[in-house]
Amino acid sequence: MSCSYSTVRAEKRVQKRSLVLRLALIGLVLFFLILPSFLSPYALYLMATIFTTALLATSLNLVLGYGGLMHLHHAVFYGVGAYAVAILMTKTALPFWAAAIIAPFAAALVALLIGWFSVRLRGLYFGMLTLALGQLVWAIVYRWNALTGGDDGIHAIPVPEVLTSLNASYYLTLIVLVLSLLVLFAIVKSPFGLILTAARDNIPRTGSIGVNVKRHQLAAFVIAGFFAGIAGVLFIVIDRSVAPSLLYWNKSAEVLIMCLMGGMGTFLGPSLGAALLVLLSMVVGVYTEYWLLVLGLILLVLVLFLPQGILGFVSGKLKSASRKEVD
Amino acid sequence: MLRVDKVRKAFQGFQAVADANLTVPSGMVTAVIGPNGAGKSTLFNLITGHLQSDSGQILFQEENIAGLPPHAITRKGIGRSFQLINIFQRLTVFENIKAALIAREGKTMNFFLPARRLFNDEVWDILGEFGLADFAERSASLMSYGDQKVLEIAIALATKPKLLLLDEPTAGMSPEETRKIVQLIKRLSCDQGLTILLTEHDMELVFDVAQRIMVLHQGRTIAEGLPEDVRRDAGVRSAYLGEAI
Repeated sequence: MSCSYSTVRAEKRVQKRSLVLRLALIGLVLFFLILPSFLSPYALYLMATIFTTALLATSLNLVLGYGGLMHLHHAVFYGVGAYAVAILMTKTALPFWAAAIIAPFAAALVALLIGWFSVRLRGLYFGMLTLALGQLVWAIVYRWNALTGGDDGIHAIPVPEVLTSLNASYYLTLIVLVLSLLVLFAIVKSPFGLILTAARDNIPRTGSIGVNVKRHQLAAFVIAGFFAGIAGVLFIVIDRSVAPSLLYWNKSAEVLIMCLMGGMGTFLGPSLGAALLVLLSMVVGVYTEYWLLVLGLILLVLVLFLPQGILGFVSGKLKSASRKEVD
Repeated sequence: MLRVDKVRKAFQGFQAVADANLTVPSGMVTAVIGPNGAGKSTLFNLITGHLQSDSGQILFQEENIAGLPPHAITRKGIGRSFQLINIFQRLTVFENIKAALIAREGKTMNFFLPARRLFNDEVWDILGEFGLADFAERSASLMSYGDQKVLEIAIALATKPKLLLLDEPTAGMSPEETRKIVQLIKRLSCDQGLTILLTEHDMELVFDVAQRIMVLHQGRTIAEGLPEDVRRDAGVRSAYLGEAI
């Protein structure tokens, strides 16, 4: 091993970088913890929305970025999570905490059903089936007036007294986001995560090392659905209402663009994309109704000039810079 | 160890494999040869489950494995390399081997143990053995063609197969790289007693390493046996149109 020396150095460099990164992230979380005292109520609401959306986008990225699956309708599981809480709170006597725990499992169950059929197909066909089955769920929600309130949705969903303040919903969404990201990060770095990325690179080869690829893709899909369901619960805490638009396909397109924008190849890219897109939609919304037009333009720019996303671009630059340093 | 019995496979009316018969004895190097389009790769894909045969039996250690999916066949002990390079392009070389070890040890559904703590010593051993340690942290796609091919064989071997299938292991390689592969095959066979089944265009290589040869022509087995018998076989000579073999 003539080059073990540089490998050791490379490892130290990576360790140093990950230490810096870790400290920066802890700093960021601390910053978010003290932030509310400086924010207006509207800004608090905006931040809580960003945290929720960041969780939704990161959960999609497990399947999209790490699994390489063209999952086109992730908002379904977000919507199912939110509707599960809404329905349980308005139609049953269950306490909020019970509803909040059941909801992600409901989302995971729907993910299991949709994923069961979809993982049999590959590439765009996989994507089309997720889209079709997802729209089916939307149609059921839209039409089943008695249960879901149809087009009107469900409003004034009761949440516990302690969660009604903006401060409380800010902190709840922040804490749930941080915990969820830690769990998702552990999964990405687990043996399962490595096998998932191996299948992204090469399905036949992954089969030929003895891995049942479909089963692992389905597992990733269900996990992603579960965390999207958690995001759906957070949405209820912030907005206390649901409407079918929550699980309409253009919501999924938005989440997909968040992943693209921040960088599908990075863990935190989708969160960055979520923050940027939520802020942008608020700003643009002040001036025009044509948010989708702006979204389309953003997508165009991304695909043409920044295919690896913002964070992907930055981390690529950092890596090549540190390599030059050594050479 | 492996017996292929009257296996047939057609693609939309084209009979790619018409009547393939093959015996792979334990501990030997067996080669399948034949002109281009003879059905060699199709036969390999049938054995490893990437294609399903229309009829016939594929017995591995007395058990019929025809119809099983690829991952199940790998878990029974058949490892393979592909004709075109089939590695995990975006993973590092290190991770390529590690993925195979995780699969072999059945830890693929482990969600919370950090993967970086697993099997590191064994990965380094394998990389060292194959001369790939220098590239460990590099993305696999950035290695030379020959090294990628070696990595592919290393991945297959990391699953600890009882039978290793090599589909044209030296296709597209330089003479220098080819020599390395030949040495590797001999080492695996002689030192480790591994059973190997390979296809190859390079007749010199085949007669150098193979202890048994099966000749496939238009999807049919036309000869099978010891190299010197196959070399003398009249049917084989006419299939190759007088080409020296």
